[in-house]
Amino acid sequence: MKINKDLAISENGFLFNPATGESFTANPMAFEIIRMLKEGQSGEKIVEWVSRHYLVEKSTVEKDLHDFFGLLRLHQLSVEND
Amino acid sequence: MEKKPYERPHLTKLETSMPGKFGMRREQPPTTHIDGVAVEHLAKTYGSPLFVLSENTIRSSYRKALNAFTTRYPKVQFAWSYKTNYLAAVCNVFHQEGAWAEVVSGFEYQKAVDNGVDPKQIIFNGPAKTREELETATQNGSLIHIDHLDELYLLMEIAANSEHRPRVAIRVNMDTGIYPMWDRFGFNYEDGQAWDALNKIMHSGKLDLMGLHTHIGTFILSAGAYGVAAAKLAELARLLKQKFNHTLRYIDVGGGFASKNTLKGSYLPGSDTNPSISEYAEAISSALINSHFAPGELPLLILETGRALIEEAGYAITTVLAHKRLVSGRRATIIDLGVNLLFTSFWYQHPVTVAQEFSQYREDTTLYGPLCMNIDCIRESVNLPLLQTGHRLVIHLTGAYNLTQWMQFIHMRPAVVMIDTKGNVHVVREKEGIQNVISVEKLPDHLHISG
Ligand SMILES: Cc1ncc(COP(=O)(O)O)c(C=O)c1O
Repeated sequence: MKINKDLAISENGFLFNPATGESFTANPMAFEIIRMLKEGQSGEKIVEWVSRHYLVEKSTVEKDLHDFFGLLRLHQLSVEND
Repeated sequence: MEKKPYERPHLTKLETSMPGKFGMRREQPPTTHIDGVAVEHLAKTYGSPLFVLSENTIRSSYRKALNAFTTRYPKVQFAWSYKTNYLAAVCNVFHQEGAWAEVVSGFEYQKAVDNGVDPKQIIFNGPAKTREELETATQNGSLIHIDHLDELYLLMEIAANSEHRPRVAIRVNMDTGIYPMWDRFGFNYEDGQAWDALNKIMHSGKLDLMGLHTHIGTFILSAGAYGVAAAKLAELARLLKQKFNHTLRYIDVGGGFASKNTLKGSYLPGSDTNPSISEYAEAISSALINSHFAPGELPLLILETGRALIEEAGYAITTVLAHKRLVSGRRATIIDLGVNLLFTSFWYQHPVTVAQEFSQYREDTTLYGPLCMNIDCIRESVNLPLLQTGHRLVIHLTGAYNLTQWMQFIHMRPAVVMIDTKGNVHVVREKEGIQNVISVEKLPDHLHISG
């Protein structure tokens, strides 16, 4: 999963997609994940990092990340590779 | 290192449109406790799903309704509509408050007797009373509301062979300006059937005509319709007085007041738009007071209010089982409470709240029940915080009709608890087990599978 490189992200979790003109707000977890994706981190790395820093089962993070990637695709915020 | 609390990642698309003509969506605060008892504790102790009834709310709803009428009309009597919720504990809270019983079958009649209600204070409605049931009700002096001519003739026959005189009223149906008009129960006012039946009763000399009854429908959003109904019944009473010098003891305007629930397809929440009990009370009381009755001769006003008295006292606790994202991108949440238990979700948008604090992030969600059936949808669209598996939800305004119309289907029916006025929790109906289902089944010998 790679984030569309044109996507503008502000520090307070505001997202703007110039390709579609759509804006979004990200909750803090979504913001962290998008930041890591932008850095080129893999899904596995992200799951690892989240479960190390937050009170949550690894399997829950995996399911939620799967769902979140679906949302990114739905809103055309990702570019297909991986 | 201290781990931080987790919330699943979520994006909210910002809509550029202005708030709709009905303004912004209202955020419901979480329901962590019901009458001081923690929702999580209730679910852990009694299982999920779970129906919870608040004795406090039942009593306060009843007193509020009674007060709305007694401040406007001198003689008022409520009769608890058993079909709305006939759990013994619920009925007896109403009976302790002074309500009579309103029943529509031999089974409900027996339940009222078993609950300790004086049979003279049982109103027996319905289109399907048997001869035996009518004989019992006659002997006991219960109030029999006649639905059709066959029943009237049967009662005259029973009266001829009994030392007891049946105490009766007729059910009247009428045009009150609302649609649909219920004309399948009772005798019609406009076409003269009702007056005809009253004449038959008076001429027979075998029945004690005590009152007149109507029930114009359910979830009636027009208080004015009750004014019309009361005025028409008052007119029949006037004709009886004029022709037979007969004084009626009561006028029963039935049930049907809208509750605070929101009907499917409504834009505005029912709690804002539906008439209050006071508006119904005003319409009915003024119609009777402004009719021909002399001040000292006003009949007893009976009300058979069902849903408006009990809906608010009922909660359903349910647990999130799973999530999925539908093809449309919409979030779907699967909960452990289905439409077989929450029958009213077919016509209401029940309010749903979470049972714990969440951040401000929310998502539009469809709530599906656990049945493997496409129709099993509790809310098509509800804005909820970012739920995880295992979180509890509280569904509100569930006290009417669900605990009588629920079905054992695919899963067992859950427990029902009542929280008393001191905050003690009582199981008022036990959780069902497989025995409840198989104990009434019989397997023919030739169908046994020998191991
Ligand atoms: C005869 C009669 N009385 C009272 C009621 C209670 O009606 P509601 O719950 O709409 O107040 C009903 C319900 O259908 C009824 O049939």
